[in-house]
Amino acid sequence: MGTGSIIALVVVGLVVIVFIGIYNRLVVLRNRVQAAWAQIDVQLKRRTDLVPNLVETVKGYVQHERGTLEAVTAARTAVLKAGSVAEQAKANNALTEALKSVFAVAEAYPDLKANQNFLMLQEELAGIENKIAYARQYYNDSVMAFNQAQQVFPANLIAGMFGFRPHEYFEIPESDRGPVHVKF
Amino acid sequence: MHQNFYDAIAANRRKTVFIILVFVLLVGVMVWVLAQAMGFGYYAVPLAVIFAIAMSWGDYYYSDKIVLGISQAHPVNKNEFPYLVNITEAVALGAGVPVPELYMIEDTAPNAFATGRNPQHAVICVTRGLVEKLNRTELEGVIAHEMSHIRNYDILLSTVAVTMVGVVILLSDWMLRFGWRVDRRRSRGNGGEGGDAAAAIFLVIGLAVAILAPLFAQLLRFAISRQREYQADASAAMITRYPQGLANALRKIAADPEPLEVANKATAHLYIWNPLKDNEGRLDRLFDTHPPVEERIKRLEAMA
Repeated sequence: MGTGSIIALVVVGLVVIVFIGIYNRLVVLRNRVQAAWAQIDVQLKRRTDLVPNLVETVKGYVQHERGTLEAVTAARTAVLKAGSVAEQAKANNALTEALKSVFAVAEAYPDLKANQNFLMLQEELAGIENKIAYARQYYNDSVMAFNQAQQVFPANLIAGMFGFRPHEYFEIPESDRGPVHVKF
Repeated sequence: MHQNFYDAIAANRRKTVFIILVFVLLVGVMVWVLAQAMGFGYYAVPLAVIFAIAMSWGDYYYSDKIVLGISQAHPVNKNEFPYLVNITEAVALGAGVPVPELYMIEDTAPNAFATGRNPQHAVICVTRGLVEKLNRTELEGVIAHEMSHIRNYDILLSTVAVTMVGVVILLSDWMLRFGWRVDRRRSRGNGGEGGDAAAAIFLVIGLAVAILAPLFAQLLRFAISRQREYQADASAAMITRYPQGLANALRKIAADPEPLEVANKATAHLYIWNPLKDNEGRLDRLFDTHPPVEERIKRLEAMA
């Protein structure tokens, strides 16, 4: 074994180690993205689970706004039935709107607003909306880290070889980006 | 001045690495001087490291229980503080760490700290004063700052820094105790008189290093602590995307005159706001565990 061969072996060994390091890092980051996406679903499910309790609490106090309560119940059913990712997103957005209407309507009922259960639900749902926002943000942060890791050189070579694709950011639909109209 | 939190986070990371390298260099210099002056040195370092780790390890491993015990904290009741519990869970989601346990100290002075050996065993402790005096966005900023300490493994880092200070103190102590005996065999081996003079010079240098090194080590350790505070501020800005919240919280906390009764020198460095009086003089500021609050607010508002 000449010195030349030994050096060549060492270099090849180092390259292999670096290779493995980059590949493993990409795997870790991709798993993080997938876990982050699942976390958003956990929060969305929690929200869906609270809807029946909310409807029950509000029903007794609110005599003339049946429509609003029926809308939120229907929106919940749609979420439970939704199949593809796009369908789920649409159904969840509809549920967000429906919930906003319920709390807007509740403003006019001081007895309801003093109800302990209602206050607790309001706090809980506001908390969940906050967590949904944070979960989506963390998902986007994970996607950014993953996309960047596979775009830089030399990781892009390895990413191409093993089929790592850039993931999509969570974005709000165009229709939601317009100015908010507040009607009194 | 840093324009956004991404740059701030990257810059702080570089500064931390730099300080740690200087620390390692300091220990390296001490070992070399020891070896030249006294003839023992290269095995002293592993010994010192083992001792120092043994002294700090228990503190680090059980840091959550120890600090809570000292501070007389109790677990937070979700029914009493629903918003606090919800926002902690939310920020943990944003930071990508498991939800830490929440504890509360019954004190009207607003303050908070984080502890625990890793994100899986983390604790955030707030005072009642903090929850009652801060509004929601400010509280969110403070929780995000503490969560950042957990996510950035700052408790581990500060334990490593304290351990390195311990190593330096042990080495310098041994130098001062045993260094008076100059190894005659070594100096003779270097060729008679010339060897004696060289050994004597190294002895003097060794003593100077032994006396000054612990001071430099402490300065480095406090520099690391300040750097990590800036880093936690920048990380909090990134998690909440609302640096103004934390800036407002710092203003409110700084303006509050009440002292925190349970705090003492051992736990002071963990709090978001130094509960002991800040040092006044410019040189004394090098011993501060926290950066000046005006500078922290300025950097946060520059990120907004």
